[in-house]
Amino acid sequence: MERMPRWADIVLIPLVSLIVAFMLSGLMILATGEDPMTAATTMIQGALGSTYGWGYTLYYATNFLFTGLAVAVAFHAGLFNIGGEGQATLGGLGVALVCLALPWPHWTLAIVFAALGGAVFGAAWAAIPAYLQAKRDSHIVITTIMFNFIAAAVLNYVLVNLLRPAGSMDPASAKFPEGTNLPTLHEILAVVGIPFSKSPPANVSLFLALGACVAVWALIWRTRIGFEMRSFGKSPRAADYAGISTTKITMIAMLISGGLAGMMAVNSVMGESERLVLNSVEGAGFIGIAVALMGRNHPFGILIAAVLFGFLYQGGAELGLWTKIPREMVIVIQALVILFTGALDNMVRWPLERLFLSVGKGDR
Amino acid sequence: MDFLELLQVLDSSLRLAIPLLLACLAGLFSERAGIFDIGLEGKMLGAAMMAAAIAAITGNVWLGLLAGIFASVVLAGIHGLASITFRGDQLISGVAINFLAAGLTVVVAQDWFAQGGRTPSLDGAARFNPIELPFAIGPSDAAETGRRLNELIAEASPIQQVYSELISGHTLLVYLALLAVPLSWWVLYRTRFGLRLRAVGEAPEAVDTAGISVIRLRFVAVILCGVLCGIAGAYLSTALLGGFVKDMTAGRGFIALAALIFAKWRPWYALSATLLFGFLQAVVVRYQNVEVGNFTVPVQFMDALPYILTVVILAGFVGKAVPPRAGGQPYVKER
Repeated sequence: MERMPRWADIVLIPLVSLIVAFMLSGLMILATGEDPMTAATTMIQGALGSTYGWGYTLYYATNFLFTGLAVAVAFHAGLFNIGGEGQATLGGLGVALVCLALPWPHWTLAIVFAALGGAVFGAAWAAIPAYLQAKRDSHIVITTIMFNFIAAAVLNYVLVNLLRPAGSMDPASAKFPEGTNLPTLHEILAVVGIPFSKSPPANVSLFLALGACVAVWALIWRTRIGFEMRSFGKSPRAADYAGISTTKITMIAMLISGGLAGMMAVNSVMGESERLVLNSVEGAGFIGIAVALMGRNHPFGILIAAVLFGFLYQGGAELGLWTKIPREMVIVIQALVILFTGALDNMVRWPLERLFLSVGKGDR
Repeated sequence: MDFLELLQVLDSSLRLAIPLLLACLAGLFSERAGIFDIGLEGKMLGAAMMAAAIAAITGNVWLGLLAGIFASVVLAGIHGLASITFRGDQLISGVAINFLAAGLTVVVAQDWFAQGGRTPSLDGAARFNPIELPFAIGPSDAAETGRRLNELIAEASPIQQVYSELISGHTLLVYLALLAVPLSWWVLYRTRFGLRLRAVGEAPEAVDTAGISVIRLRFVAVILCGVLCGIAGAYLSTALLGGFVKDMTAGRGFIALAALIFAKWRPWYALSATLLFGFLQAVVVRYQNVEVGNFTVPVQFMDALPYILTVVILAGFVGKAVPPRAGGQPYVKER
């Protein structure tokens, strides 16, 4: 046996990394004098024990699906898009402008144009770093980080000076018209007679996100451009030799990536807050990195990872509510997951690889 | 704006530039050795919390400083382990460290002090206090004459004003940070260690061929980066402000990263870049919107200016910024 079996790479390593991350989190909870088992049951109960919990878990998961797919698409082309946060911020602006522009008659019409608005704004925000990477060789990680901060400043300016209704003190836009309000999971599932909690913000955008998963899968593995992206990601020089344009692939990959991140706003801005507020992204852009890493850049893996992080987010909120553990504990867990599944991947991989190889030799 | 007002703005620019300068020099050592570090923010934040916490518990700011450096070095060690030993992605490791610090600081502060993720506010020996240089007009003169400090300085000669307002009256860490600039230059360009450090960021295989351990050199650079970030964080919570609050670094680690690129990975340029960015922050703090002729520059534009300038520099429109050649790549010894 020369290499590890595929299932070990795809399933076993992320699983072991996850277990290590969770065990360390448990130790930290223990260090604060709380019981890790109680914490775990509180999280599971709060996030998955009721349709109320599921509603929030799926709402967060929808955000992370968009940002996770965004990171994955860029990753396939060998680009690290750390700017999901800024692209989703601008996407929010696009969605808000669409929602406020017209007295939309029905949400089905509004969601199409809002998604388009979010995608266009998100893509536009990714376009400048992409262009600078392709043409001027500016490191895309640094430029996208800078663009996150610039996006925050732009949104702040627009909300305070342009979109804030007269007489209002908060930096937020006006409420969107009724025709843009998206049906929640409660309303959708009531049609088929399944009872679902009324309060959580999970809405029809979940299906948009699932559609995006399928679309990304098809794009990456079933189209010429997807093939070119993967070739370029694996070996830019070979791709260049094969006549694949560096500029074209960098631009396309980043535009799609930014567009996906921008579409997140359909869920968070149009579906949840129903107006544009400061910081509607709430770190989802960064969590997209963790989601893509855990999901091994495959839409199906990303789906599972997004639900996992949705669970962590909702469970963390419950943790802050019912125990003495602050909800920031979840950020720690998230950091450990990124650390072990991403940066310390080889720490888990190398020993496992050695194990598999020694077992393989025994067979012969 | 009169002369004294300008001095006050410059004075606050200097104070705000110091954490950027220390973090920027920290990043300089790491990146010059070929280890990208986007975790400056997290290391500063961790150090700010630990420094304030230990200073509050012991009442001794020096112990606080040591604890801050220790916390930052631990985080730097994780970054080294991930990116040097296990050849992981340096950017992802940096992202993880930023999250780790953002979460852990609040969890630990809440566990120790139960004040909503803050530390108690510091005073007296538990924080760094301003130093009055000889012959400067300072609070002691104000106390002696029974008049307000502002009035005394306003009456003094311009040279005395510059000396008292701008040069005197800072905490010890400010002077140390300024000294760190020539020291970093000397270490990098005038010592054997510095030569090797720069070489390991450009051509690690050459350093390896010369029989010098790439792994050890890179670890030393990463730990140095941790020490400097630790001082930067401790400065925030025990000198600039008296205590830790959640997310108190507020993106300073990323501004420092921007300054590092702006400075093209050189110590003296780092000083001017961070002073410029400190000046921008000081202007925002003091004036909010800035009037230029009939046009009002919005405060948000001033906030975003360091980042915009960095993108312009990165794009190579105004002088090209070329990072160390081996930056971001783990070194694999040839077999």
